[in-house]
Amino acid sequence: MSSYSITEPSKRQKWVAGSLVIFYAVVTLMPLLWIIATGFKSPSDAIAYPPKVVFQPTLEGYVNLFTTRTRATPEMLVQAGEPKTWYDRIVRQYDMVIAGPSRYGERFLNSVIIGFGSTFFAIVLGTAAAYAFSRFRVPLKDDLLFFILSTRMMPPIAVAIPIFLMFRQLGLNDTHAGMILLYTAINLSLSIWLIHGFINEIPIEYEEAALLDGYTRFQAFYKVVLPQATTGIASTAIFCLIFAWNEYALAALLTSGTAQTAPPFIPTIIGTGGQDWPAVAAGATIFLLPVMIFTILLRKHLLRGITFGAVRK
Amino acid sequence: MSPTHFERAAEATPPMLAKKIRGLSDRAIAWIFVAPTIFLLLAINIFPLIWTIRLSFTNFRVNRPNAEVQFVGLDNYRRILSDSDIWLTMQTTAHFLIWTILLQVLIGFSLAYLINKKFRGNDLWTTIIVFPMMLSPAVVGNFWTFLYQPQIGLFNYVVGFLTHTDPSSFSMIGDVNLAPWAIVIVDTWMWTPFVMLICLAGLRSIPGSIYEAAECDRASKWRQFWTITLPMVLPFLMLAVLFRGIENFKMFDLVVQLTGGGPGSITELTSINLKREAFEKWRTGYSSAYAVILFVTVFGLASIYVKALNKVKER
Repeated sequence: MSSYSITEPSKRQKWVAGSLVIFYAVVTLMPLLWIIATGFKSPSDAIAYPPKVVFQPTLEGYVNLFTTRTRATPEMLVQAGEPKTWYDRIVRQYDMVIAGPSRYGERFLNSVIIGFGSTFFAIVLGTAAAYAFSRFRVPLKDDLLFFILSTRMMPPIAVAIPIFLMFRQLGLNDTHAGMILLYTAINLSLSIWLIHGFINEIPIEYEEAALLDGYTRFQAFYKVVLPQATTGIASTAIFCLIFAWNEYALAALLTSGTAQTAPPFIPTIIGTGGQDWPAVAAGATIFLLPVMIFTILLRKHLLRGITFGAVRK
Repeated sequence: MSPTHFERAAEATPPMLAKKIRGLSDRAIAWIFVAPTIFLLLAINIFPLIWTIRLSFTNFRVNRPNAEVQFVGLDNYRRILSDSDIWLTMQTTAHFLIWTILLQVLIGFSLAYLINKKFRGNDLWTTIIVFPMMLSPAVVGNFWTFLYQPQIGLFNYVVGFLTHTDPSSFSMIGDVNLAPWAIVIVDTWMWTPFVMLICLAGLRSIPGSIYEAAECDRASKWRQFWTITLPMVLPFLMLAVLFRGIENFKMFDLVVQLTGGGPGSITELTSINLKREAFEKWRTGYSSAYAVILFVTVFGLASIYVKALNKVKER
């Protein structure tokens, strides 16, 4: 018997706890698995009753997601000849021909551009500010930090009213630059708070040694502090990216065409007679998968990220 | 630290830039580092905030740019605070807040407690459970409308199967009595992991020696739970509640995609109501006052939060 055996849960306890947690995990995963599965169903399988668990997988949803199609007359079909590609063949089952790409690709790309753009600026500005807050005497530091945090807590719709008016004046409505600017400002709160915490954990002695060795303050910052804060900054970047990626309220109000991101677009995917659920599911799957992968990468810093650095493991 | 590391970094600096920066004092660098952030916050946060406050005293409407803008004093505020529809919205929000927080705390804490039993593979399952909360709420809300479909939806099918009722006999988002619970269920599904993670951190922060001492004193497990576990997790739990409180107070994307505030205005939370006033009825001045009221509320909550946060940090 080891010395801490009295506090170690018994085998039976572990077994019961484990099965309960696994049961919850399976139940909680069902909706997500259902989304992924629906993406591979045919429209009739997707709305079958009772819901189909076993089905013939098809890429119809993905084809519908990325293309626009038109119904073709028999003459047109003859004229078009035999379908040349696998996606042509899928569409041809319904006497349709592919008219062109859909807007999903563009919207997805917008999400990528705006997400990465705003993350980059939020990290650069946030790292600099966090370093200053951590190492220098900045007047009203605590008030500033609190104010920065409180900006994140504002209801997005309340923020949107003046931003909408301001962007209209400046011609920033529905532009990539406008959205990047806005998300940068919102993400700054997270990046400053998180990176501030990470930099605080780096002993100040390293910099002092570097300064004694003749380094300037700036050199000490990027040669001593930055390399040590890399992991923290990287995980902060992923959190910023996920926020910008997931954001809906401001994107729905401030973008409509050129700069529209995927979240406001996916619910508008309409098929013939209501929502084209396999296409919506396909769009959601492609959109949600990167976040799930990032979640796995982030799992060590997850707690810190979601609590603005209040809780550290 | 190896010298090569420094050499490599030194080479990367353009000499002109390095020379320029070398002369800067700490104070100058502090300013250079903080100034862009301050500038951006002024432009995107402070300036719009002041603009909102100014608009809140007028009858300005965006869709009538040529109409004369009148100063109406506190009229907008008076109308909002005496508007019975807005109080109804507040009640809806309160119902949503109370139930989501209650359920998330109960389920989240239980899960954390079970995971803390350190069964094999608990890390893996924790990561899996966390997935829902990282996803885009709007996309999730949209997809849940599919799961909630009366005839074909998975949710209705499972509930129908378990309770031996016809799955098409009830509509979670179409029924006035069920819709408020439909949004509570999805929010709980999505955010329980959040409470769970924070509770887990709390549970793991309790040193095992305390339990050993209690064991030596022959304290029962039940008593250990109430006198050690719960009090020590409480600050973490409070933090989680405040976080969820603020987040759900401003809830918009998930619910707007799920029910759109309907049926009627049964699930019209404050943010959805505000969106209708500001961007559908275009009552800009009125909704600015509304926004200011929400700002003040959230600011109050936020300051409580920071106090609680500091308490947790002290431990």
